[in-house]
Amino acid sequence: MTARRLPNSGHIDRTQALSFTWDGEPLKGYAGDTLASALLANNQQVLGRSFKYHRPRGLMSAGVEESGALVTVGQGARRDANVRATTQELYHGLVAQGQNAWPSVRLDVGAVNGLFGRFFSAGFYYKTFMGLPPFEWGRGTGMWMRYEKIIRKAAGMGKASRAPDPDPYEHAHAYCELLVVGSGPAGRAAALSAAQAGLDVVLVEQDAVLGGDSLSQPQARADLAQEIKTLSTAGVRLMPRTTAFGLYDGGVAGLLERVTDHVATPAPWMPRQRFWTLRAQYTVVAAGALERHVAFGNNDRPGVMTANSARIYLNRFGIRGGEDILIATNNDSAYSCAQNLAQAGAHIKLIDARDTVPRQLRAQAEQSGIALHTGMAPLNALGTKGVTAVELAQGNPGNWRQAGVVECDLALISGGWSPIVNLLSHRGIQPVWDAQQACFLPAPTTEPLALAGSAAGIWDQAACVRSGQAATQCALAHLAGQPVPKADQPSGGWEGAITPLYEVSVPRRNPKAFVDPQHDVTTEDIRLAHREGYVSVEHLKRYTTLGMATDQGKMGNIIGLALMAQALGKEIPEVGTTTFRPPYTPISIGALKGRNIGGHFRPLRRTPLHDWNLKQGGTMTMAGLWHRPWYFAGTGETIGDAYVREAETVRRTVGLCDVTSLGKIAIQGPDATELLNRVYSNPFAKLPVGKARYGIMLRDDGFVMDDGTSWRLGETEYFMTTTTAHAGKVMAFLEELLQTRWSNLRVHVTSVSEQWAGVAVAGPLSRQVLESCTEDPGCVADSTLPFMGVLETTLKGGIPCRIARISFSGERAFEVYVPSDFGPTVMQALWDSARPLRGCLYGLEALGALRIEKGHVTGAELDGRVTVEDAGLGRMASDKKSYIGSALRKRPDMTRKNRPRLVGIFPRDRREIFNAGSLLCAADHVEGYGEGWITAVTHSPALGHWIGLGFINGGYGEWQNREVIAADPLRKGNTGVEIVSPHMFDADGERVYG
Amino acid sequence: MLRIPCPFCGTRDHSEFSYGGDASVDYPALDAPAEAWLEAVFQRENIDGVQEETWQHLHGCRMWIIVERDTRTHEIHSVRPAHPGMAQTQSPERGPADRS
Repeated sequence: MTARRLPNSGHIDRTQALSFTWDGEPLKGYAGDTLASALLANNQQVLGRSFKYHRPRGLMSAGVEESGALVTVGQGARRDANVRATTQELYHGLVAQGQNAWPSVRLDVGAVNGLFGRFFSAGFYYKTFMGLPPFEWGRGTGMWMRYEKIIRKAAGMGKASRAPDPDPYEHAHAYCELLVVGSGPAGRAAALSAAQAGLDVVLVEQDAVLGGDSLSQPQARADLAQEIKTLSTAGVRLMPRTTAFGLYDGGVAGLLERVTDHVATPAPWMPRQRFWTLRAQYTVVAAGALERHVAFGNNDRPGVMTANSARIYLNRFGIRGGEDILIATNNDSAYSCAQNLAQAGAHIKLIDARDTVPRQLRAQAEQSGIALHTGMAPLNALGTKGVTAVELAQGNPGNWRQAGVVECDLALISGGWSPIVNLLSHRGIQPVWDAQQACFLPAPTTEPLALAGSAAGIWDQAACVRSGQAATQCALAHLAGQPVPKADQPSGGWEGAITPLYEVSVPRRNPKAFVDPQHDVTTEDIRLAHREGYVSVEHLKRYTTLGMATDQGKMGNIIGLALMAQALGKEIPEVGTTTFRPPYTPISIGALKGRNIGGHFRPLRRTPLHDWNLKQGGTMTMAGLWHRPWYFAGTGETIGDAYVREAETVRRTVGLCDVTSLGKIAIQGPDATELLNRVYSNPFAKLPVGKARYGIMLRDDGFVMDDGTSWRLGETEYFMTTTTAHAGKVMAFLEELLQTRWSNLRVHVTSVSEQWAGVAVAGPLSRQVLESCTEDPGCVADSTLPFMGVLETTLKGGIPCRIARISFSGERAFEVYVPSDFGPTVMQALWDSARPLRGCLYGLEALGALRIEKGHVTGAELDGRVTVEDAGLGRMASDKKSYIGSALRKRPDMTRKNRPRLVGIFPRDRREIFNAGSLLCAADHVEGYGEGWITAVTHSPALGHWIGLGFINGGYGEWQNREVIAADPLRKGNTGVEIVSPHMFDADGERVYG
Repeated sequence: MLRIPCPFCGTRDHSEFSYGGDASVDYPALDAPAEAWLEAVFQRENIDGVQEETWQHLHGCRMWIIVERDTRTHEIHSVRPAHPGMAQTQSPERGPADRS
C-alpha cells in the first residue's frame, strides 16, 4: 500500500500541523485528522494484531465499526486501550501504541499462533481445557480455571491503566421535543424542518464535525458550513462528538459527549466526558448505514478495507489510499468511490459480482478510465503485511471458479450496506430482512420515533432529504396528538439491484476468510459450529463469539447470519438475528459513574451536632447515609479503650450521645391514636398525654418491621421515633396506609427528622445534668417525669424542647429533642453540666456495648426474618386487638417452638473473644448452617468479658447448660460459648426505674 | 427509564418514584381471617398486559398514585391519586399533561 496525502483536497486544516507518536515514532498530521487518517497519510499499514492469531491488521474502515486499527492512546493513568483509531481525533502530542503484540505490531512473536490456526477454532479453549475427558468428567471447571489465566494473557487486547482515573466526568440532563440522531443529509433535513416548525430540537452527531456522509463527498465545503449555520440560527441545539448510545423507555436517550478526548491538555475544570440523559418527546433516527465486507481468503490483510472508507479518506482527509486499487462490489455504491479515486490519479480496476451493471454506471466508469469487469469477485488476498495482489474468482454467488490474479496495493470491498437499526433494537423493535436491499430494516412501530435516510435503507441522497422532512411530519403529528402518517419514502434508490454476496470461495481451497475480524471468527468456525449442532443464532453467537467483540457485530454479523442460513439450508429471515443492546459504541466506566465517586459515592447526612462532635475529638462512622460519632478517644486511647471507658462511664456517672439520626415523625389529627393502635403490635389506645410507649411494628406478613417510641404530646398529637435504618421505610409505609388503605382516617404524618436535634442523656447522674439545663429544674424530678414520661418544656435561654425519660442503655436516661438550629448550643450546655460530674461523650460503639448488655435489639437483629417472639418481645404483641401483621404472624411456621430465638452469649473461657457473624453449633455437630448465628458482640465493661447477642433454634430454654461452639471457620475458628438470657446486665431493670 | 406523569407534579423520571405493588389488591380488614390476608399479601397475578400498580412519588410530593401500566411495553395508560378523595378532586378533563 502506498498511501499519500494529496495537495489541496479534503476538509483538514493544512495550516495547523500536529505532531504525534506512533509506537515511539514521531509523525505529523493536521488538525481535522483522525488518528487513523494521520497514520494512513504516513503510510503506516500494520496498526494492530488480531485477537487469537496475532495476524497483522490495518485499517478496515473509517468509522465506529473499525475492527483492525484498535490502538492504545495516552500514557500513564490516562492510558486508554482498544481505542478505534478511526474515531480518535488527532491532537498535538498524542501518543499512540499498537497493542496485543510483542515487541511491536510489525514484528510480533505471537504470530506463531497463526501456524497453529486449526487448533484455535470455535470452542477450542472450552473443548481443550474444560473437563478434559476422561480425567475431569464431572469435576467441573478445575482445569479451565488453571489455564484461563495463561490463555487470557496470550489472547487479548490492550491493557488498561491500573492507576485511578484522573479525569472528572459529569452527568447532565436535558429535555427536547425532537431528538435527531445523525447529522447527514436526512438528519439535517429533519432537524431544520422541525426547528422551522417551531420544535425544540437537539441534533446529536458522534463525529467531531457535523455533516455525516456530506463530509465524504467531493463537493465544496462552503455549502455544508452554511447549512449548519442555518440549523443553528433556526434554534437547533447542535451536539457534535456526542453518541446516542441507547434509547430507553419514555423517550429517554442516553448520550455520551466526548468533551476533551480531542484536547492535548484539557483544562482541569473540564470533564473528560459527559453522560447525558435526554428526554425527547419524539426521536428521528438518521444514524446512517455501515458498509459490509465480504468473506474471502485473507480478507483481513492490511490494505483491504471497505470501499466507502477509501472515499472518506480521499474526500474528507485528502488521502489517496493506494495507487493500484482493486475495487470489488456487488452494488452501485462503490462506483462513485471508484470515480473519485480515479480522478485523484489512482489506477482502478473495478470488479462487480453482478452480471449486468446499469448502463449509466458503466458509461461513467469508462469515462473515468476505470477497467470494469462483471461477474467477478475477490477470492484471496496475497501479501502478508500488506496486500500486494488479489486472486479473483469468476461466476456468480455459490458457484465461483478461480480466474487469475490482479496486482494492487489497496483492495476496496463493498458487500452491501447495513442500516444502523441498533437504536430501534434497543426499543424491542425487531429488524425485518429486506431481500430486495439485502439488509435488515426495522419493523413498523408505534413508538414515538421515525427513521430517516440510509438508516431506513434509502440510498439516494435527495430521497434521504425527503425522508428526513417526512420524519419531521411524523413528529409534528405525534406531538399534536394526530394520527402519524406512514413513511412514504420507499427503501432503495440504486439504479441496479444488489446481488447478495457474503462469501467467495472455490472448492478445495481453504484460506482463512474472516467474518468477525476482531474476534478472529472465520467462515470455517461458523460451519464448524453448525456441524457441531448449533442451529440457533443466539447459540452460534456465544459458541463462536461472533459479534461479541467491542464492535458488537457491526463488522461481521450479517455475513455470519448468511453463512449460518446457508449451512442450515434456510433463508436469512428464518434464521433471524440477535438483538442489539446498548451501548451502540463502548462507554467508559468513568462516564457511567460521573461524579459519584469517593465521598460523593452516595449522599451524606450530617446531624446539626456534626461539627460540635468533631470539635470534641469524635471519630465518625457511617450509619446508613448518616455520619455519626463512633467514639471519642482520649489521648493515647484506641477505639477499644475509648468505647469501654465510655460505656463504663455511662453506667457510673452520665454520658451524652448524639441520637439525631433516629427517624422522627409528627403524627397529628383526630384519628392519630387509632392509626398508632393499628400499626403497633402493642396497645396504644389508652396511652395518656405526657407518656411515651415503646412499640413494635410488624409488616403485613407478620414479621417485625421496626421498633421505636411514640410520645403522646396531646389528645391529637404524637411524636414518633423510629430506628435510623428504617426511618424512610416506616414513613413511606404510614403514608401508604393513609393514602391507599385507610383514607378515611383523619391523620397527617410529617417527617420531622431534620427539624429536631436529639441527644441521649444516660446514666445515674443524668437527671442532675438536665436539672441544671432546664428553666424549671423540678420538671425532670422522678415524680413529674417518671420512667416513660414525656415533657414539653424550655431549656435555659428559652429554648423549646421535648424530653422523654426513655432508656436504650438500661440506665436512668432521657432523650432530649430541640429544634435543629439550637442543637450545638444545647449540646454545649448539657456537656458543660455533665463534665463536672465526670461524665463523658459517647458514640455508636459504646451505645452498642450498652444495648448488647441489656439485650436490646437493633437492625442487626431485626433483619426482616424475625417475629416478635423470636426477638424475645412476645409480650409486645397484643392478642386483644387487630393490627398490621396480626393475622399472618400466627402462621404455623412462625409460631413453632424451635424457631431461632434471641439469646445472650458468653465465652466459656471468659478470656476468649468471638466474632459477630459466627455460626452457633452444638459442640458435637459443628457443621453446615449450625443451629443459629451471632448478630453482635462487644466487650462488656459491666461484666468484664466479651458478650454477644444472637439467635439459636429454640432459644435459651433449649440451650442453657449445653456446650455450644461459635464457629467462624474463615477468621477465628471455633470458640466454646455458653447460651444465656439476652438480658445480661440488670435483668430486672432496677437501674432504669431507680 | 419510565417517565411517570405524577398527577400532582407533572411528568417525572421513574427514579423519583418507588414502586409499591399491585393496586388491585383489596386489603382485608385487620380482623379478617388469616386466609384473607394470605390471599392479599402473597397471591399475585403475573399480568401480561395492562395492570394497575401503586407508586409513591418518594422524591417529590410523596403522594401515592395508581399507575395503569402495560407490563409488555411499559406504556402508561393512566395515572391517578391513590387516595380516593384526592382522585375525585382531579377532574377527568384535566390530564397530568397540562402540568408537565
